Amino acid sequence: MISIEVKNLSVFYGSFQALKNINIKIERQKISALIGPSGCGKTTFLRCLNRMNDLIDEARVVGEVFIDGLNIYEEKVDLLELRRRVGMVFQRPNPFPLSIEDNILYGLKVHRINDPKIMEERLIKSLEAVQLWPQLKNQLRKNALTLSLEQQQRLCLARALAVEPEILLMDEPCSALDPIATARIEELMFELKKKYTIVIVTHNMQQAARVSDFTGYFLLGELIEFGETHQIFTAPADKRTEDYITGRYG
Amino acid sequence: MRWPLTPRQEQAIVRLLLLFLTALSIFILAFIIFFILRHGLPVLSWEFLVRNPREMGKEGGIFSTIIGTIVLIILALTLATPLGVGTAIFLTEYTPEGRLTRIIRFGSECLAGIPSIIFGLFGFILFVTKLKFGWSILSGSLTLAFMILPTIIRTSEEAIKFVPQAYREVSFSLGGTKWQTVSRVVLPSALPGIATGVILSIGRSIGETAAVIFTAGSALRIPDSLFSSTRTMSVHFYILAREGISLSKAYGTAAVLLISILSVNIFTYYLMNRFLRKYS
Ligand SMILES: Nc1ncnc2c1ncn2[C@@H]1O[C@H](COP(=O)(O)OP(=O)(O)OP(=O)(O)O)[C@@H](O)[C@H]1O
Ligand SMILES: [Mg+2]
Repeated sequence: MISIEVKNLSVFYGSFQALKNINIKIERQKISALIGPSGCGKTTFLRCLNRMNDLIDEARVVGEVFIDGLNIYEEKVDLLELRRRVGMVFQRPNPFPLSIEDNILYGLKVHRINDPKIMEERLIKSLEAVQLWPQLKNQLRKNALTLSLEQQQRLCLARALAVEPEILLMDEPCSALDPIATARIEELMFELKKKYTIVIVTHNMQQAARVSDFTGYFLLGELIEFGETHQIFTAPADKRTEDYITGRYG
Repeated sequence: MRWPLTPRQEQAIVRLLLLFLTALSIFILAFIIFFILRHGLPVLSWEFLVRNPREMGKEGGIFSTIIGTIVLIILALTLATPLGVGTAIFLTEYTPEGRLTRIIRFGSECLAGIPSIIFGLFGFILFVTKLKFGWSILSGSLTLAFMILPTIIRTSEEAIKFVPQAYREVSFSLGGTKWQTVSRVVLPSALPGIATGVILSIGRSIGETAAVIFTAGSALRIPDSLFSSTRTMSVHFYILAREGISLSKAYGTAAVLLISILSVNIFTYYLMNRFLRKYS
């Protein structure tokens, strides 16, 4: 089933065109990886899916993005609700300088969910989902910045899960982590895809090959190729994709 | 020593020089404080603090001027802090950087550079005479508020800009509104910086004479309404010293001024430390 469908999407920063007429269909409850050299527009693309590009004054988005059939760039769309449904995890772990608990509950508070029972339940559920609950259940009041980087990144993931999104956007979520932590986060992603549609940007091609079901290759603002990961890495249709994955790029 | 110096010698000399400069500035500061306290402390007593001045300040204490100072500063801060912080939030979070923000910023920077006596004159013309508030706490605190406004705007703006962009992005990405982001994430993180600006302003207000004497007057009674004239400690000090009423009482007042400024600073450091431990 299709979760996200992007039609003729272009993004401009001032007069610079960062994305050129992107068309893509992203499957529900699968992991789709976006790869490509630095500056090719992966982050820009990801930020179109939860309209974070609205925050950049000089950015202009043209085209359509359908999530469950609804064009999220339509006037009447509830932006806050959209962002609740489409969660995001950033490149650097960025917990608020608050307690672990307050970090998780932040999203609930902004959506005015303040029933203590629901809050408690979501707190436990989201920490469990990222496998932090057993370690941290007795220190929920501890400042989140005292955690290790890996724990911080898991916490950020849990914070996004707490508002019960359907889609998770991850922008190089492991780039600040060591290989062991990275492997554990990848395992976690396998768990998460049972419930969530995941779109991950990664610089690391092995990572894309390991975790994803689908892979898209971006180059200079164009989506060169998008297809099943297995096919992209063994029999890419485009010469440019092949050059990139075999390391002949540049 | 041979010319040219080796990097190691150069390093040693520079270090010595910097040490000397530091020692010198600390010495000058310490000397001023020592000088004031030496002449002022002997005058200090419980009586001095809780008695009203008599015979123009020649006898008695400085109680009413302490009250005048506190009331004036609290009112000025109550007016200027929301105004200044609000302006800073608007400039940094609600308007894109552009001509408008530059003009406002330039204006407030110019305001910061104006000598306080000009503020005094402005306050006198506008509040005391035009609006007929007379020499009063109201005129004085309004004038002080205008005077410290640029400092509060500037420091708040800097504190707000210093808050990592990542915090804002996370808040938005979770579906937070602009105001939720500002009030729950940006302001708490910027609070120590904002507080610093407020403290700076308290310091400046405590020491202010020119702007106050023109607008709040110099009555020695304990004020009983916003429209009473009052005298602050620094105005009191100025009048005592200038009119040769009593040099020893002047030193006593100076010592109290000095000690209050020091205490405000120490108290703020304490508060800020506690806050920082809690919030980061
Ligand atoms: N706010 C902005 N204003 C102007 N240009 C921008 C802005 N953000 C990104 N760009 C430009 O758009 C292009 C795509 O940037 P983007 O961050 O999407 O690339 P990326 O593929 O995520 O790169 P990386 O792998 O380095 O993260 C780059 O050329 C970049 O310089
Ligand atoms: Mg990027």
